[in-house]
Amino acid sequence: MGDSWGNLHRANQSRTDICWRDTALPANDKLLTVGNRRSYGDVCINDGGVIVNATGLNKFIQFDAQNGILRCESGVTLWQVLKLVVPMGWFLPVTPGTGFVTLGGAVANDVHGKNHHAVGSFGCFVRSFGLRRSVEGDMTCSQVENQQMFAATIGGLGLTGTITWVELSLKKISHSSMAVESIAYENYAEFLALSEDSEKSHEYCVSWIDCLNTSGRGVFFRATHGQQGSLDDPVGTGARSVPAIVGTGFPLVNQLSLRLFNYFYIRSHEGTRDYSETIAKFFYPLDSLLNWNRIYGRKGFYQFQCVVPFDNADVLKKVLKKISNEKQGSFLSVLKTMGDITSPAMLSFCRPGVTLALDFPNRGARTTKLLSALETMAVEAGGAIYPAKDATMTGETFEKSFPRVSEFTDYIDPSYTSSFWQRVKSA
Amino acid sequence: MKNLLVLGATSGIARAYLDLVASDCGSITLVARDAEKLKQLESHVATISDATVHVVFSDLASVNGHRELIENLAGKAGKIDCALIAYGVLPDQSQCLDDPDYAMNQFNLNGSSTISLSLHLAKVMKRQGSGTLAVIGSVAGDRGRRSNYLYGSAKSAVESFLAGLRSDMAQHNVHVLTIKPGFVDTPMTSDIKKGALWASADKVARDIDLAITKKKNILYTPWFWRYIMLVIKSIPEFIFKKLPL
Repeated sequence: MGDSWGNLHRANQSRTDICWRDTALPANDKLLTVGNRRSYGDVCINDGGVIVNATGLNKFIQFDAQNGILRCESGVTLWQVLKLVVPMGWFLPVTPGTGFVTLGGAVANDVHGKNHHAVGSFGCFVRSFGLRRSVEGDMTCSQVENQQMFAATIGGLGLTGTITWVELSLKKISHSSMAVESIAYENYAEFLALSEDSEKSHEYCVSWIDCLNTSGRGVFFRATHGQQGSLDDPVGTGARSVPAIVGTGFPLVNQLSLRLFNYFYIRSHEGTRDYSETIAKFFYPLDSLLNWNRIYGRKGFYQFQCVVPFDNADVLKKVLKKISNEKQGSFLSVLKTMGDITSPAMLSFCRPGVTLALDFPNRGARTTKLLSALETMAVEAGGAIYPAKDATMTGETFEKSFPRVSEFTDYIDPSYTSSFWQRVKSA
Repeated sequence: MKNLLVLGATSGIARAYLDLVASDCGSITLVARDAEKLKQLESHVATISDATVHVVFSDLASVNGHRELIENLAGKAGKIDCALIAYGVLPDQSQCLDDPDYAMNQFNLNGSSTISLSLHLAKVMKRQGSGTLAVIGSVAGDRGRRSNYLYGSAKSAVESFLAGLRSDMAQHNVHVLTIKPGFVDTPMTSDIKKGALWASADKVARDIDLAITKKKNILYTPWFWRYIMLVIKSIPEFIFKKLPL
């Protein structure tokens, strides 16, 4: 299988593991420290260089259960954090759609979650972190210490050095269940109206849209932390794994299976429903199926995620139409609005607007051509493509949609690089 | 709440076992050679558990210090309910023939020092009239193989010793568990390419926990190694000596 979640790349890279904070990094001028490699494209790949695997750097350092301040090593995963803190009445202030990402990866990609409209991205809650640089050695970065390096490293795609530990402020919860409401919608305009309405009342909003259907039907989910029940361990029943053999053959994903899945999914969410759900089920529906990326077969898949500003939000209607016309889209796509709270990150993808994310099975040039067309539509509308998901955007797109790139470049550690960086900077 | 003692606490399997059981312990004592690593592990265990955590720096390879170490630990903890011996080094087999001194150092570390510690711990547990002594051996101890016989013979010595100790201690209500992991993905094996037979340290830790609870005698982990080794042990020597195993 490939070296990142999309299984698109087989890189020629050597790997070294670090498990202790005082372990010296290899002397090499093409390093990249990575966590669980849940990024889809090539931000966690270092073709021709050395990958420093920090998943063994996964020890807790300190937890202040009074104030909800957690310090741990950068290879600690979100699941590890939740298992520790949820029974004590705390929760991650921001979480992406999988609990398998490491804290280092969450910082380096300035990840966002279903509550972006209410609280901003992950970087807003990072109090400080340790950064190991090839020349300067270990330094602590925060809002008051090495501020510029702090801002460059959040969303900095691992290029500023190795994040060794992270200190995070958590969010207080009194119940570990989620109070969820699902509302079926018929088109994009209805989605926008539902978003605007729900953002005032619900911390978590997200929607799934059927990208194979031209009408734009979907299901809107809005949720708050539950007001009943206990503080149970967030981990539900044991996860199942997709066998490796599936990943080596033909994809299980085809037009028929997709249409059936999307049809039945939407049908099962007709009308409006109120229900209570576990943290695992609400935030991480796919984590119960380990290695789900294998269903796309040995050629892997692309994920496209863009954000476009509210003023040009209608461009996503055209994007969705193009995707359904091309019949290349996959399972339900995620559609959500982002708010105007920004993190300190120089290169954050998050910005006010509407974001769309979906998978495309890799069908070679046909797929990359479509991705390129979608990229152009998003960028012309003043939007951006998410590096953590991307495998194809041009250097031009990157520079245009991340205006602080040249400022960021000053903070890159000269011994660090990645396949993503080589790609967008060589253009 | 039990009092747990882990010798070689910074090893990969010990770490996974601690993650699994730390929250059920009343006191945890961690012993290892590397002070900095031990400090890092101490703060981790103290964060995930309410147990009192003690750390002791000790080079377990030197048997001379064992008496004092174990007597001190027994005194401090009051009682040792469970002791896990989890340290070891994978020697470079090709270096062993060129450098017998290196080879014997490795043998002492993986073999003699473990036997010495087990003796001291058994003495304490016999006095207590209870306790579990869990020692990590290896499937490599089942038969000397070309690629790995120095490590294998040290583990083999430990396992023969434990078989006798188990029977001796059975009269004193002391449980002796021999743990025989196969290939485990830990820092000790980080340089080896992993295949289908490899298990995670978490899986091995869960098996160890279950074997301690159920008072098993010999644990192959994962389970299928019992049968792989059965096959390997049954190959006649005149064929075996030609196999590049």
